[in-house]
Amino acid sequence: MLLALLVLLALPQFLGSYLLTVFIFIFFYAYLGQAWNLLGGYGGQISLGHAAFVGIGAYTSTYLAMTYQLSPWIGMLIGGAAAACLGAVIGYLGFRFGLRGFYFILLTVAFGEICRLVVSHVDALGGALGLFITFSGDPWQFQFSDNRYYYYVALGLMLISMGIAALIERSRMGAYLAAIREDEDASEALGVNAFGTKLAAIVLSAFLTGVGGTFYANYLFSLQPNTAFGIPLSVEIILRPIVGGSGTLMGPVLGSFILSPLAEVSRTYFARGGLSGVHLIVYGSLLIAVVLFFPRGAYPYLRGVFRRLPRRGAPPPFRHLPPGVARAKPAPERPRDP
Amino acid sequence: MSLLEVRALSKRFGGLQAVSDLSLSMAEGEVLGLIGPNGAGKTTAFSLFSGFLAPDSGEIEFRGRSLVGLRPHQICHLGLTRTFQIVRPFPHLSVLENVRVGAFARTASSQTAAARARQVLHEVGLEAKADVPAGELTLAERKRLELARALATEPVLLLLDEVMAGLSAAETERIVELIRGINARGVSLLLIEHVMRAVMNLSHRIAVLNYGQLIAEGTPAQVANDPRVIEAYLGEEYAGTAPG
Amino acid sequence: MTLALIGQAALNGFLFGGVYSLMAVGLSLIFGVMRVINIAHGDMMVWGSYLAFVLALRLGLDPFVSFVLCAAAIFCMGVVVQRALVNRVLNAPHEMQILLMLGVALVLENLALVVFGPDTRRTESAYGLATVWLGPIFVDVARLITFGLALALSCALYLFLFRSDLGKLIRAAADNGYGALVIGADVERIYMVAFGIGAACVGAAGALMSALLPFSPATGFAQTVTSFNIVIIGGMGSLLGAFLGGLLVAVAESLGAVLLVPSLKELVGFVLLVLILLFRPQGLFGGKTT
Repeated sequence: MLLALLVLLALPQFLGSYLLTVFIFIFFYAYLGQAWNLLGGYGGQISLGHAAFVGIGAYTSTYLAMTYQLSPWIGMLIGGAAAACLGAVIGYLGFRFGLRGFYFILLTVAFGEICRLVVSHVDALGGALGLFITFSGDPWQFQFSDNRYYYYVALGLMLISMGIAALIERSRMGAYLAAIREDEDASEALGVNAFGTKLAAIVLSAFLTGVGGTFYANYLFSLQPNTAFGIPLSVEIILRPIVGGSGTLMGPVLGSFILSPLAEVSRTYFARGGLSGVHLIVYGSLLIAVVLFFPRGAYPYLRGVFRRLPRRGAPPPFRHLPPGVARAKPAPERPRDP
Repeated sequence: MSLLEVRALSKRFGGLQAVSDLSLSMAEGEVLGLIGPNGAGKTTAFSLFSGFLAPDSGEIEFRGRSLVGLRPHQICHLGLTRTFQIVRPFPHLSVLENVRVGAFARTASSQTAAARARQVLHEVGLEAKADVPAGELTLAERKRLELARALATEPVLLLLDEVMAGLSAAETERIVELIRGINARGVSLLLIEHVMRAVMNLSHRIAVLNYGQLIAEGTPAQVANDPRVIEAYLGEEYAGTAPG
Repeated sequence: MTLALIGQAALNGFLFGGVYSLMAVGLSLIFGVMRVINIAHGDMMVWGSYLAFVLALRLGLDPFVSFVLCAAAIFCMGVVVQRALVNRVLNAPHEMQILLMLGVALVLENLALVVFGPDTRRTESAYGLATVWLGPIFVDVARLITFGLALALSCALYLFLFRSDLGKLIRAAADNGYGALVIGADVERIYMVAFGIGAACVGAAGALMSALLPFSPATGFAQTVTSFNIVIIGGMGSLLGAFLGGLLVAVAESLGAVLLVPSLKELVGFVLLVLILLFRPQGLFGGKTT
């Protein structure tokens, strides 16, 4: 673990600028994936609208920087707070009205799209054209002339998110999220405040994702509603933890190490040939393959291969459980009282 | 002051009066058996007591405090925990993790919760399975897990919904001993049970429900000889004989 | 803002609603029978649109004729997707099914992007610009024909489901998969056909719509969301609900475009979706259960 950290810290000295970019994307998407994982992986509440939090965070800090010259380092936290507020609204509505599974997914999609459409129509935020950041190279303005600084910031974000996830995994909240994911009613009978726990998870997840928005804006130097709030970004965010293993600490990181280079390489390679959609075809096929062959993701699978015994927190795929168990609805022993 | 005081409780589903004007009272330390034919409203009554359903009318008081309008988790924190007739383990979590969820009701510390969970697993005889995913347990083991999870919340009153259904005679015997031990430690129990010998054995008092109404209440001997009870079971599985 | 303008918008929306209904009926059928949510619905539609476009360009077929071929082609696409993929996750958790279909959607959308390019297209029809005046408002002939065809297809589907033996089996499977299994029906074949028919509906809708609205690979997702919108408004799994919901949403969008900023018409749909999800998840026309 420590060795891996030392290698990552020393790595920029040996990387060319292209590989450096690839690593920045790996860390950044691992960070966003981990933020999503807190809610969607550990808690089983799948959001397909997480781009909205990136967008809110990015637009908040960028607008504050452009209008009030506020440093994005501070704007980052304000952007995170704004995203957390949106998360609280979505969570409050979704969980108070008991939306589960597909209905919750649709709610998050709808909120993401509403944000995108509203921002596209606000002239102060640049409308559909978006905002463009002029490069000043001022570190206080979150701008660095050397990509290596972005590398360290992205690495820092990823490590912070892993630290938070590790803490949650070991805490009561982690146990409660897992219980809610498995069977919400049964968890309530055991004293789990499902509403409060889910709300806390979405607020934290939205906050971290919103903080990531500032990095997104200041690394790309431009913001468009269609990319910063769009469904494609939400798909990017959820793919990494799911491919790597959702609900595990290493899942989003492993997923990002698999997917981000793939995305980067196929994007640059195929875009040159005018085949801009190919990397998404690869993504789609990968998603299908993961669902069919590794429904719990790569990390639990790999761990299972390396040590034959299942370990705590590394449950077997659902299809290997006795029939009827996975969906938590075994046949009743006798008819239930009405 | 009684432990549980239920007054004129009613619940209707569409055209079906599932629980009708039910009044019950339980004393501290008591074991009360709740019996009745299928569809008599026993599980509905449990869901009302534990906050999973809201009553149409009536009052439920637990240790002098009204439970009406509280969420299940709040009721659990007050000391009333239920189990489910159809057991609902968290299938992908280990047995220990399952029980730990219950233990967290009384502590925020992971160490304390895990220690408490181990202790409960020892008590119900599942410690050897602590690291097995709950989805891989046998039915009898899952029933014991359901009991262990509820016990880990350190309830004052435990609502057990058919924890013996589907078990062999030997397994039933072990559960009966287990339940007796739980009661001996001062936990009050409300049991829904179809295994008559067990419920007659365990309960201090028995309440009989039929069509959502309380039709009889008393000691096991009184209830077994009550003509209304015999009639309610006539045509059911105990036709012609007294229950038990 | 005159009354005539509003009436015009309402009529345009209503006539356009036929294709929305057809598309939503397909989604609802798939959900009703298999409890699977077809996230690739809009992308299947876009493929229907492109087929109509290519047939018009190469063979000079009018989309009002070629929609039959498009429906058949997308039927096959649906059958393949069902057999190869959906069939394997029927018992998996819902999230897994959704992720699988998301993968299918990504593949279909971007395959269209690679094959047809990102440009916006529109299928030429002989009736594209014809109109008939009715007092102060006019009737767009292409929309009228579309509406008639969509209605006819929906009625044909209704007759198939309620009169034919296979249709009755499909409905039985929708009510209770195991029940159909017990009476000896081949559930796998029923699922395959049902998914195919659902896909054919949206394929036909795509072909018909391609003459009315410009489309590109990127429009697929928006159509998927619109389909969900309609199906949720109409009540998941209800075919009549989906049909009525299609008309309702089309009229609402059309009025929204006139009364609000035109580009905000999408917003109307999403706000409607949120409200329905929160306050009436069983749909406006649905029963008590979700």
